[in-house]
Amino acid sequence: MSIFELQREGFASQRLAHQFEEINQQNECYIVGMWTFLVTEIMFFGALFLILSLYRMAYPASFEQAHAVLLVSFGLTNAVILISGSYFMTMCVRAKMLGDYRMTQLWLGLTLLCACGFLVVKSFEYASEFKDHHFPGPSFHWETTTPGAYTGSYSSQFSTTMPANAVNSAAVSSTYSAPVTQNLNMHKRQLFFSLYFIMTGLHAVHVIIGILIMGTLFFLIRYRHPSVDDYMPVELTGLYWHFVDIVWIFLFPLLYLIGKQ
Amino acid sequence: MSSILLRPDNLHGDTVLDEPNYLNWKSTVASWLLTKDHKRIAVMYFFSISFMFLIGGIAASGIRLALVRPHDTFFSSETYDKMFSAHGIIMVFFFLVPSIPATLGNFLVPLMIGAKDLAFPRLNLLSWYVYIVASAIMLGAVAFGGIDTGWTFYEPYSSIYSNSNVVAVTFAVFLAGFASIMTGMNFIVTIHKMRAPGLTWFRLPLFIWGMYATSLIMVLGTPVVAITLLLVTLQRMFGLCIFDPSCGGDPLLFEHLFWFYSHPAVYIMVLPSMAVVSEVIACFSRKRIFGYEFVAFSSMAIALLGFFVWGHHMFVTGESMYAGMVFSLLSFLIAVPSAIKVFNWSATLYKGNVWLSAPLIFAIGFILLFTIGGLTGLFLASLAVDVHLNMTYFVVAHFHYVMVGGAIFGFMAGMHFWWPKITGRLYPEGWAIVTAVVMFLGFNFTFFPQFILGFLGMPRRYHYYAPPYQFWNDMSSAGATIMAIGFMLPLFYWAWSLKYGEIAGPNPWGAKGLEWTVPSPPPSHNFDEIPLVTEEAYDYKAIHAAEIAGDYSHLQFDHPFAEAKHSDKPTNFEEH
Repeated sequence: MSIFELQREGFASQRLAHQFEEINQQNECYIVGMWTFLVTEIMFFGALFLILSLYRMAYPASFEQAHAVLLVSFGLTNAVILISGSYFMTMCVRAKMLGDYRMTQLWLGLTLLCACGFLVVKSFEYASEFKDHHFPGPSFHWETTTPGAYTGSYSSQFSTTMPANAVNSAAVSSTYSAPVTQNLNMHKRQLFFSLYFIMTGLHAVHVIIGILIMGTLFFLIRYRHPSVDDYMPVELTGLYWHFVDIVWIFLFPLLYLIGKQ
Repeated sequence: MSSILLRPDNLHGDTVLDEPNYLNWKSTVASWLLTKDHKRIAVMYFFSISFMFLIGGIAASGIRLALVRPHDTFFSSETYDKMFSAHGIIMVFFFLVPSIPATLGNFLVPLMIGAKDLAFPRLNLLSWYVYIVASAIMLGAVAFGGIDTGWTFYEPYSSIYSNSNVVAVTFAVFLAGFASIMTGMNFIVTIHKMRAPGLTWFRLPLFIWGMYATSLIMVLGTPVVAITLLLVTLQRMFGLCIFDPSCGGDPLLFEHLFWFYSHPAVYIMVLPSMAVVSEVIACFSRKRIFGYEFVAFSSMAIALLGFFVWGHHMFVTGESMYAGMVFSLLSFLIAVPSAIKVFNWSATLYKGNVWLSAPLIFAIGFILLFTIGGLTGLFLASLAVDVHLNMTYFVVAHFHYVMVGGAIFGFMAGMHFWWPKITGRLYPEGWAIVTAVVMFLGFNFTFFPQFILGFLGMPRRYHYYAPPYQFWNDMSSAGATIMAIGFMLPLFYWAWSLKYGEIAGPNPWGAKGLEWTVPSPPPSHNFDEIPLVTEEAYDYKAIHAAEIAGDYSHLQFDHPFAEAKHSDKPTNFEEH
């Protein structure tokens, strides 16, 4: 809904802060401010996407092998969850603009559920990756099976990582059966997983911030607090939430899908 | 603007300062720490960055002390490394980047565009708090062990080999970056949406154009260095590898990302100074800035081109030769808008009714030093010459000419120019002129020898040097002493002026601009009524004509040339 439409009567009431002259000016300031903030966020994530693309160009084979073991089903579930969350958020903003507190609360609650659901799925995914020793660092470890063996399914991965002496066997294999190049490739996979954890981790931090903001809003709206008479807080939260969503929409294909034939 | 031409008798006298203004409306500590008033936040920022400047200055004194002798015995080499790192990091991230935008910018942007406050006052206060937390972490890191990477945090040294407080410092810089992002966002929104009626883009004072260009760089560049330093922090903390060559990472990529911000950061430092200088020169030559649109657009051109020249820091660090050629060309291009500004300022002074007041002397110092700094930048932008000069004292001298000679002279010009507006009192003119001259001489004594040292091949960042370099190093250290005295002087006479300075009145310089129409110091709400702007910026025609005719009645205190001008200028002369 554009600002122009909002000038109609019957919309939620608004309060004018002391530094502004009129309500339109205030609304435009908030919107422009939020977009400026989102530009900084784009530059923030943009640097990471740049690093990912450059390293991908430099080490296509290792990166493909590495991302072949990511759990696509989890990523896809999360993409669906976030996109539904975005829909709920849009409905929430609309309801708030129309001054309908009950529906606002409902849609906001659903969005919150989606955000929490995203984190739950993500934590299971992280847990399985930690279990597979895919977190970079001294404990990082990689099976020497061919990449084709990874179908991406949860169970098949589990079976390959179950042996208790997995760490030892990998160390042995990297020194004997597949010498230096194998070792190097393992390091490059570590590069991929570093980026994977940093990018999804930062995205998760943004989701957590979103949950904090939306949780606060939820209670303020529930108790009809005067500071949320204005629809702007919900509108701005909505913009932020859509941004978080869009970051995932880029992360999902770039990390999980590209390179899979 | 009629209120500017009010006769002084209406406004003069001690009663002016007793009226409620932003300084005296409440004096509790809480009223300062919880204020949302952009003017108070500017004052708090001024004290904070001055303190950080002092710390950075002490580190600089240590460096100059160490370099007096070829084989220094005052400091261990580790301490020396930590000193120049602390000097660089504190001066760049904690003084120069916030200097003019967070103090003068915060104070003046709403006043100049006729707004009651910035668009987001709470965000503005948050910016100060974030800056304070960042500074505290930085000072803590320096006190408990220091950092020895230099201000550039080059990889892989910073993440793998350095045995100092890299995590704390990179985190502090990360936070300070957010403080400047908040300031930038606030300015962009304020300048877009809060201008008084009638104040079109081309009626804006050039200070606002400069602030707008600066904010663009802050908003677009700072997040990139923030994430880059965060990656360094994560590498050190969790053993991740992003730039680590042992797992295929590329240290050169770190340099690309770092300089993508840190070269435009130079323009964050110097664009505000250019903005101040435009105001000061227009006022004290009593003319509209020559080629207003060109000066305005050259700010924007510098902001945009500044994002495409970062590679000239990496000519010898392994960047491709062809990339080097492109970056060299682009770096030459950015000299064009800078030169446009310098020529236009000179053209403004030409045939102006020049009043050689202290701010103008600082501004002229800026032009001279910036010209030297800019032209030597062209040496460094030339590929072949750079191979010889890179990592020598020539580079050190070059960027000090731009960042000290440029940024700090602009800052001093602005602080003097708007001191009466901020405090309501005039500083002692004689002392200010002495300071300007001492600083200018001291500065050249300090840094010109470093050009020679660099040309002779003395590498930067080295603790020991070959004895033949001692003469120039000693001259540089001696000059640094003079410059230090120059920096101390304002502390005393500014403090003195707070109590004993002459009452300034709303417009002591007879300057144009909305900020001079409100009382000094301004009331908390800035304007009783939002002004309607009906004229261009720097419409000095009437004042110029009056002064040429010997009429100085629009000034609220005695113009030093008032008598002289009256006798030796023909009264019928008019400038068109």
